[in-house]
Amino acid sequence: MMPTTRRIRVAAGAAVLLALPLTACGSGDDEGGPSGAGGRTELTVFAAASLTATFEELEKQYEAAHGDVDVKLSFGGSSDLVAQITEGASADVFASADTANMDKLVAAGLAEGEPREFATNTLVIAVPPGNPAGIKSLADLTKKDVNLVLCQPEVPCGSAAQKVADAAGVSFQPVSEEQSVTDVLAKVESGEADAGLVYVTDVTAAGDKVEGIDFPEAAGIVNHYPIVAVKDSKHADLAQQWVDLVLGDGQQVLRQAGFGAPAS
Amino acid sequence: MSRTRHVGLPRWLFGPALLAGVFVVLPVAAMTTRIAWGDFPALVTSEAARSALWLSLRTSAASTALCLLLGIPLATVLARSEARWLGVLRSLVLLPLVLPPVVGGIALLSAFGRQGLLGSELEALGIRIAFTSVAVVLAQTFVSLPFLVVSLEGALRTAGERYDVVAASLGARPTTVLRRVTLPLVLPGLASGAVLAFARSLGEFGATITFAGSLEGTTRTLPLLIYNLRVTDADAAVAMSLVLVVVAVLVIGLVRPRAAL
Repeated sequence: MMPTTRRIRVAAGAAVLLALPLTACGSGDDEGGPSGAGGRTELTVFAAASLTATFEELEKQYEAAHGDVDVKLSFGGSSDLVAQITEGASADVFASADTANMDKLVAAGLAEGEPREFATNTLVIAVPPGNPAGIKSLADLTKKDVNLVLCQPEVPCGSAAQKVADAAGVSFQPVSEEQSVTDVLAKVESGEADAGLVYVTDVTAAGDKVEGIDFPEAAGIVNHYPIVAVKDSKHADLAQQWVDLVLGDGQQVLRQAGFGAPAS
Repeated sequence: MSRTRHVGLPRWLFGPALLAGVFVVLPVAAMTTRIAWGDFPALVTSEAARSALWLSLRTSAASTALCLLLGIPLATVLARSEARWLGVLRSLVLLPLVLPPVVGGIALLSAFGRQGLLGSELEALGIRIAFTSVAVVLAQTFVSLPFLVVSLEGALRTAGERYDVVAASLGARPTTVLRRVTLPLVLPGLASGAVLAFARSLGEFGATITFAGSLEGTTRTLPLLIYNLRVTDADAAVAMSLVLVVVAVLVIGLVRPRAAL
């Protein structure tokens, strides 16, 4: 029989051994940050979901110009992305679909310098192909038997939808409030929803999977897209080069996708 | 019943066992350090919070009832019938346990969505499931059913068929045997299965947000509310998370000890 203290030590040792793999996989992500697979430097870009197609295009341009950099794109609702960065997600660049969420990042002291506006976007009504519910105007969205899906008010497309409603003097009764504009689009594409309010650019990117219906009130409600390098980025220079790309050559890509020119 | 004799445990078990306990309890306990206690009462009694909690409790109760209705016959058939295809059925029933919740949501959409297999038929009958509380209940039932079936089937197999055989030999009809002998014998297992199903329904998130959407009072259950609050009001999200943990602990803690065999 082993003395009790020794047994406890053995037990403690076993416990530590069992815990080791846990800590190992816990730190793996952090270690992976600076230089990822194949020794390429990773640049992490957090961007509003509405930028998905354009930023994927810009990723190709950027990686072609920087052979040793692997750009990692993370798309989501802008409010979600700010929360993730505030909680310590290691992002190098943040591109928001509105100024309100960018202001939150600045207020948290996580922006490197002044955010720069790089695009504007307006809302459009998205309906499934063939427009089964026969939507023609904003007023049609308030009809009782129309399944309308919006972004929740905290997400840029949701706050824009709220402003549209206020401007038009109507009140929407959505059947669901989604976390990002792509979630709204998905519910329209699948035909689960009769209509949704998304950006002009989303309808362009979706091709013939949805139809867009313009409404006059949209022109007055413009979303301004700011971009900034995140403070304490391990690759400040590379992050700035991404920002420069978006503000420079990337403008053409954004314009083709339907984004408006920056207002400021 | 006399107590079973105590068999000594190898002491080295206690280290890892303790570690496992800490691993589960620590993160949940750590959450309480983030709670803004001053605002706590206001946060958890807000309209959105009460509406989400109430919706969660109602839909979980409904899905548990549905689980009992469908799960008791299924578990009994799985435990007692000797048909060969049952092995396949058993594996399929367990599927929701291993499927990512979002996949569950997409599967439910394929069946009950407006463009889905049954959804278009239902739509023609004037029944709309998408974006309603019924969709929430279906999502919860889909993920919870295996918990009930596995618990109950296990209990039925452990209990064995001896008493059933005796009852039948004394002239009881199959339905009477089931009602008077089989089910009463496995009542604790049934209760613990129902509690597990309820608790799982309470925590259901992925299938719900995919299949049912998110709207206050209709489909925004407590987990969905927490997911929303997480980006807009972190304090409220932590407060509601604690509420969810407390409700889950109450449900499991109050019923489980008595139910455990």
